[in-house]
Order: sequence, then structure tokens, then C-alpha cells
Amino acid sequence: MCGIVGLFLKDKSLEPKLGQMLTDMLITMTDRGPDSAGIAIYGSETRGKVKLTVQSDTPDRDFAGLDKDLQKALGGDVTMRVKDTHAVIEVDTAWAAAARTVLADLRPNVRIMSTGETLEIYKEVGLPKNVAARFDISSMTGSHGIGHTRMATESAVTTMGAHPFNTGRDQCLVHNGSLSNHASLRRKLRKAGIHIETENDTEVGAAYLTWKMQQGATLGQALESSLDDLDGFFTFVVGTKDGFGVVRDPIACKPAVMAETDQYVAFGSEYRALVNLPGIDYARVWEPEPSTVYFWSHNAAPTATEKAA
Amino acid sequence: MQTFDLEAQGLRNLNAALQSQTKDTNQTAWEIVNAKGSHAIAVGLDAPIEVTVKGSTGYYCGGMNKQATIRVKGSAGPGVAENMMSGTVIIDGDASQYAGATANGGTLVIKGNASSRCGISMKGVDIIVHGNVGHMSAFMGQSGNMVVCGDAGDALGDSIYEARLFVRGTVKSLGADCIEKEMRPEHIEILTDLLERGESDAKPEEFKRYGSARKLYNFDIDNAY
Repeated sequence: MCGIVGLFLKDKSLEPKLGQMLTDMLITMTDRGPDSAGIAIYGSETRGKVKLTVQSDTPDRDFAGLDKDLQKALGGDVTMRVKDTHAVIEVDTAWAAAARTVLADLRPNVRIMSTGETLEIYKEVGLPKNVAARFDISSMTGSHGIGHTRMATESAVTTMGAHPFNTGRDQCLVHNGSLSNHASLRRKLRKAGIHIETENDTEVGAAYLTWKMQQGATLGQALESSLDDLDGFFTFVVGTKDGFGVVRDPIACKPAVMAETDQYVAFGSEYRALVNLPGIDYARVWEPEPSTVYFWSHNAAPTATEKAA
Repeated sequence: MQTFDLEAQGLRNLNAALQSQTKDTNQTAWEIVNAKGSHAIAVGLDAPIEVTVKGSTGYYCGGMNKQATIRVKGSAGPGVAENMMSGTVIIDGDASQYAGATANGGTLVIKGNASSRCGISMKGVDIIVHGNVGHMSAFMGQSGNMVVCGDAGDALGDSIYEARLFVRGTVKSLGADCIEKEMRPEHIEILTDLLERGESDAKPEEFKRYGSARKLYNFDIDNAY
């Protein structure tokens, strides 16, 4: 089944509560998928810096002195915050690519969850309640975020198989459904030079969008072409640095409910996930149409363009 | 009036209380508060009682209903009134996917819009939707009536057997073996009754009728690929 939640804030006064609201929404969706949980938060940005959120199964060993080791190898300022099995490392934007390579040499067991100026992704195997508590998600502030609670179908129950997936800077995606052509698409995308880490179908979906955008498509265009190129069932919720998007396949059998008020746009696999949001009784609540891309941005007016049949 | 707080008293207690009502019960009116999108509210009822749910419901509200009148003062999640046998289910807001699926009898009224696969495999139910229905509605419909006062999405009545479909607005496309049919006086009569029961003031003359062309009934070599 899987459960998805998403929250895009329009009202800045809600930003301190983003983590708390998303955590509550995600815990409500636990019985849609108790295998693993993950949350992506778009928080504050340090000018000229990029954040790498990394994970280790042996954090005590891997994170000890990692900031100093990276600083020595890169030759510039590196800061690091450790949170349970994850750490958020900030480096100068110019060193983002180099940091990945150096990190792979310095700590081969450390895996990168996300790269972005504002994005941080936390994910682990286990119940949403426990995962959120380990990373103290409820205390996090931010402008928007998405979360996922997984019922594993297409690949193993591992940290790397948990959603959200980040395949381009500040981009992430969560998925309810299963893709049937992910194996062939993965081969094609790898040939095109896209880095895909796992055997998970959703990562292929995320990588597909990254590939399209590398070719010059906007996120909206990439989502529209996914309707032609991805086979299977999907409800996707995506985040970008300043935006939040939703798309469902033409069959649209995976559930989705959206709500919009002057203060926020919210997404849930079920209405239950939305019931504690402020003003939900007066929100516009609707079910997104199949084959239709919905997108909101902090920079532009809301858009929803229907895909021609 | 019996008021039941779903949050405080729990779903099993709710359904046990409602299911234990008999046809001569004195507790004929029930109000359910704090529904908050919960699943399986008021399922398997078999008594002529009136149940009002305040707020929106999750999956399968009013499933397998017999005799009871269930009104949701909000929207309904997937599978509302699935496999209803008799009685009435009224949704004041919108309904999600497969509303009234496989229902054998009774009346389902949706005051807002219904989503995809409304009335899938309907087997005798009357469904009246004030707004629009989504794609694949009445897919494999076998018996009963569906009234759509708004528009219908793609593939209306795909592989339909014998249900009657009445649509006032546009139909995006008809599914396999579904065709437009003549509106005869007896259909106007049926539709007049359905609209009245469905609390709609739409005019029967504004509707078109759709149904089965009956080409998929028997093995026919021309139906093969």
C-alpha cells in the first residue's frame, strides 16, 4: 500500500511547526506501510553552501572526526551535525561533487541520503513513530516537506530502499505503487550516465525525472513525460527547492487526497492524514485527477495542466 | 438520538452496537461524531435505523448495508456502500473511488462528485450522483441504474452487461460495448423516480441513456484479437 504525506506551507508563521505537522501526518499513515519511513524537509539555507545528509550503520565509528578529515581533504570549511545514524555535512557549493568522491574514499560505508541547499532527508527501517523520534523530526522547521511510510513490494526492506529518493540537487520523490518497467529503464538511465544506487523501482522514477530535467525539461514537463514512459501504478509526490508537485498515473488506483487553504497545500494517501491540520474543516479538499500534474511553487502561481489523452 | 463518539469509544464498539439493532429497535437514530476519516464506519448493518456521520469517512463506509439509512455529512473515502444489499447511503460531499462497487440493491446518493470506477460491477443498486463521475464508471455493470447529473469521465460503462446509465452532461468516452440508447417514456418514468429519491431537481428530459450493445455476451470470433 504505502502511505505518503506532503505539506507545502504558504504561511511563514507555520514554518516552525512543519516537522511536527509532518510527523503527525506520517504516524497516522503507519498502517499503510510499517516497513520503513522517511521524511524530507526543506529547511534553512547557508549561502554558498550545500548540505549532504549521510547515513551510516555504524555512526560512532564513521562520523568520528569525519568533518576534520573532509576539511583536510577538501581544504575548506566543513561543518557537521550528527543525528542518530545520519549526519548533515555542509560544504562550499563548489566542492559538492568533490565531497562525494572524497567521502567515498574516506568512509566507504557512509551512504548519501540527499544533496541540496535546503533539503535534508532522514530515513530508516522501522515504524514512522520511531524513525521520526530518532531524528527529532518534530522539532524541525522548514517551508515544505514530504514523507513516506513503506510497505515494501519491489525491493528489500533496507535503509537505501526507503523513500524519499534524492537523485538531483534539492529534488526528492516519494511513491505509492509499483513500476513494472523499472529494470529496463534503469539500464537505459545508467547508460545515459545517471547514478542509480539501488534495485528499487522508485529510485528509477526519481532518476527518470532528474534525467529529463538535465535535458532541459521543467519539473512539470518531466512529470508529464513520466506518464508516457513509466509503466505501472504510481502516485508521485515530489519536492524541489521551492516547489511541491503531485502526479498520478492514468489508471489512478493508488489513493490520494489533497487539501488547500490560504496557509498550506497538503497531500495524504488518506483523508485521515489531514484531519489535524489547522482549518481543515474549511479547506478545499479534492482527489487529484489521473494523468494530471499539480504543482505549487513559492516563486510562481499554482499550475495544474491536464495531459492530453 | 444515540450519539457515539468514535474517537472515545472505538470502531469495533460502534459497529457492534449498530449491528446488534433489530428491525423493531427503539434506538432508530444514531449520530457518529469524530469520524475523522476512519475506515469501515457503519458496515454490515441490518436494521431500519438512521445513522448520521458528522464529518468525512475513510474506506468502505456503509459497506454491505441492509435496510439502514446512512448519511455522511462530509466526503467519503474509497469503496463507500460497497456491496450494499438494500437501504440508503447519502454522501453530502464527494465520494472517492469505486463508490457502490458490486452493490446488489439499495440507493446510493452522492451530492458532490464521485471519482473513478463509480458503480463498478453494480448488480442492482441505484446510484444518483449530483456532480461528475470519473473514468471507468459502471465498468462491468450488471444491473441497476446510475444517474449522473454532471459529466462522465473516460470509458463509461466499459464491458457493461445490463445496467442503465443516465448522464445529463458530457461523456468523455464510452467504454467497450457501451452505446447511447433511446430514451423511451418508461425510461423517463424510471429516471423521474430516481431523481426524486436522489434529492435532485434535475429534469429527466435533459438526460441521455447509455447501456449495453450486447456484443460481448457470447463467444464471437469477431471479438477476438
